[in-house]
Amino acid sequence: MGRYFVKRILETIPLMLIISIFVFMFIHLLPGDPAKTLAGVEATNEEVEAIREEFGLNKPLLVQYFDYMKGLLTGNMGRSLKSNYDVGELIYSRFQFTIKLVLAGVLWAPALGIFLGVMCAIKRGKPFDMIGMLIAITGLSAPGFWVGLMLVQILAVSLGWLPSGGLESWKGLIMPSIVMGQGIMAVLARYSRSSMLETLREDYVRTARAKGQKESIVMFRHAFKNSLIQIVTILGLQIGGLLSGSVITETIFSIPGMGRLLVDSIGYRDYPAIQGLLMIFALQYVLINLVVDLLYGVINPKIRYD
Amino acid sequence: MSNKEQLQNEELQQNNTSFEENYVDENILAESSSKFKLFVKKFMKRKTAVIGFVIIVFLILMAIFGPYLAPQDPTAYDYSNMYARPSAEHWFGTDNYGRDIFSRILAGAPLTLGVALSSVIVGTIIGTILGLLAGYYGGWIEMLVMRGSDVLFSFPDILLAIAIVALLGPGIINVFIAVAVFTVPSIARMMRSATLAVKSSLYVEVAQSLGCKDARILFLHIFPGTTQTLIVNFTMRIGSAIMAASGLSFLGFGANVSDPEWGAMLSQSRSYLGTAPHMLYFPGLVIFVTVLAFNLFGDGLRDTLDPKIK
Repeated sequence: MGRYFVKRILETIPLMLIISIFVFMFIHLLPGDPAKTLAGVEATNEEVEAIREEFGLNKPLLVQYFDYMKGLLTGNMGRSLKSNYDVGELIYSRFQFTIKLVLAGVLWAPALGIFLGVMCAIKRGKPFDMIGMLIAITGLSAPGFWVGLMLVQILAVSLGWLPSGGLESWKGLIMPSIVMGQGIMAVLARYSRSSMLETLREDYVRTARAKGQKESIVMFRHAFKNSLIQIVTILGLQIGGLLSGSVITETIFSIPGMGRLLVDSIGYRDYPAIQGLLMIFALQYVLINLVVDLLYGVINPKIRYD
Repeated sequence: MSNKEQLQNEELQQNNTSFEENYVDENILAESSSKFKLFVKKFMKRKTAVIGFVIIVFLILMAIFGPYLAPQDPTAYDYSNMYARPSAEHWFGTDNYGRDIFSRILAGAPLTLGVALSSVIVGTIIGTILGLLAGYYGGWIEMLVMRGSDVLFSFPDILLAIAIVALLGPGIINVFIAVAVFTVPSIARMMRSATLAVKSSLYVEVAQSLGCKDARILFLHIFPGTTQTLIVNFTMRIGSAIMAASGLSFLGFGANVSDPEWGAMLSQSRSYLGTAPHMLYFPGLVIFVTVLAFNLFGDGLRDTLDPKIK
């Protein structure tokens, strides 16, 4: 297992390197001269040259990349074109809002999704199963931006029960957490149901029943524990997906998190900020997947790296 | 060999091949028609999937004829009729410029569905080719395709599409490109594993030992073996493409605000939640029903064609 841990951790290094090249190339993939793009349409020649000097755009590409990596590793991601703040600090100041949203989604959605899926599998074909799967496919198909606005319209504008935006009180987190979690809940419910149904067909479940084991023990100790191994494999992808959900959620509820910052930066063509945000989003996603995979190694003793 | 003999030989060969082709064709036809009948029979048993299919047919008709059926001009301003609630005259009410929302949804159908469908088709074709090559040849092609999709996967869901729009700038064409690129990695990965599975089967080995060219093996022997998985995944991707494309328009990166694109209509409704909530209800409901229909249909296809995938 130690080997699996080390290999899995080492595996993220080349991936992060490729991602860094991808994000670094971002500004160079834009059509036209990057210095002119950064300086803006109305910039004079001197301004363009100053930008070229400041961002080191006159150096060879490889040198630029090493400078960029050096900056990244020392936490220097350049300055925002819009506000002239340090991009790292700017992202850090928004980070707490996004992490609150992600936690608000993670706290209820995966657990409810797995519970719903497992119960549907146990009660297969019964009304509970049908209603459960109806909830799941609705959660999967309803766009988050619509659900969010519907919640605002009903709970905030019409009834006035909850604030329509912001995170000043815990009440402000209720609607965003629904938007953040609905998709992951739906996916996990569907996946858990089918993986539980598959496990229920296994020989060891039949054996457990044949030896007269109590049904509840068969279901949870034999079937659920084993299907959990399969379920965890997609958990990382799903939790990582929450990060992208934060872009939509923060826009609906006017929360000044990283997602909102990304949308605003794109609007202003603030490329250093966009670059920094993409890098941080990808880093978070890779790390979350790493943690979930390591967790997978812990709960599944059979795991061997190949 | 004299000229005449050669001609005769060629003729013979042609006759031979055409005979073989006919012979094989009939067999395959007979088999595939019964397979298709079996598929339809199995599929019809899944009521939710049939409902999904019916809605999709309806949506396609709407995308083709919608703009001509719109009862009112979808772009006509009517300042005396702003924010009108749904009525007999305006089924879905009117928006902040007094435009008929029902007509706008009909007129926007080709835009919203067209962008989503065409980008999934393009993305699927590219992903299929990459996946086939990666699975069949292995080696550096496989490494390149797999690492490439790992990188794209590190920007989950709509984030990748947003990154691409950030690069290309807003606009409906760029949304199309973004959603197509967003489709490629998942199809490529899926096709690679499907190719690997088919590659080890006996008939591919036989074709290889008979000396068939790689291109022939890939497209005539391996590809047909993967189509069922491909069809299921293609259908499943359409729902997420509609969601991603309208999500981009909602964020203001896609269609023009004046265009009757469904996501853009929703985005506009944000400012009028108190005065005209129907501006929010109907476009959102249409997106929801569309995505739901493709998901139901995809579920049904999966259960009938390829019960192994989840």
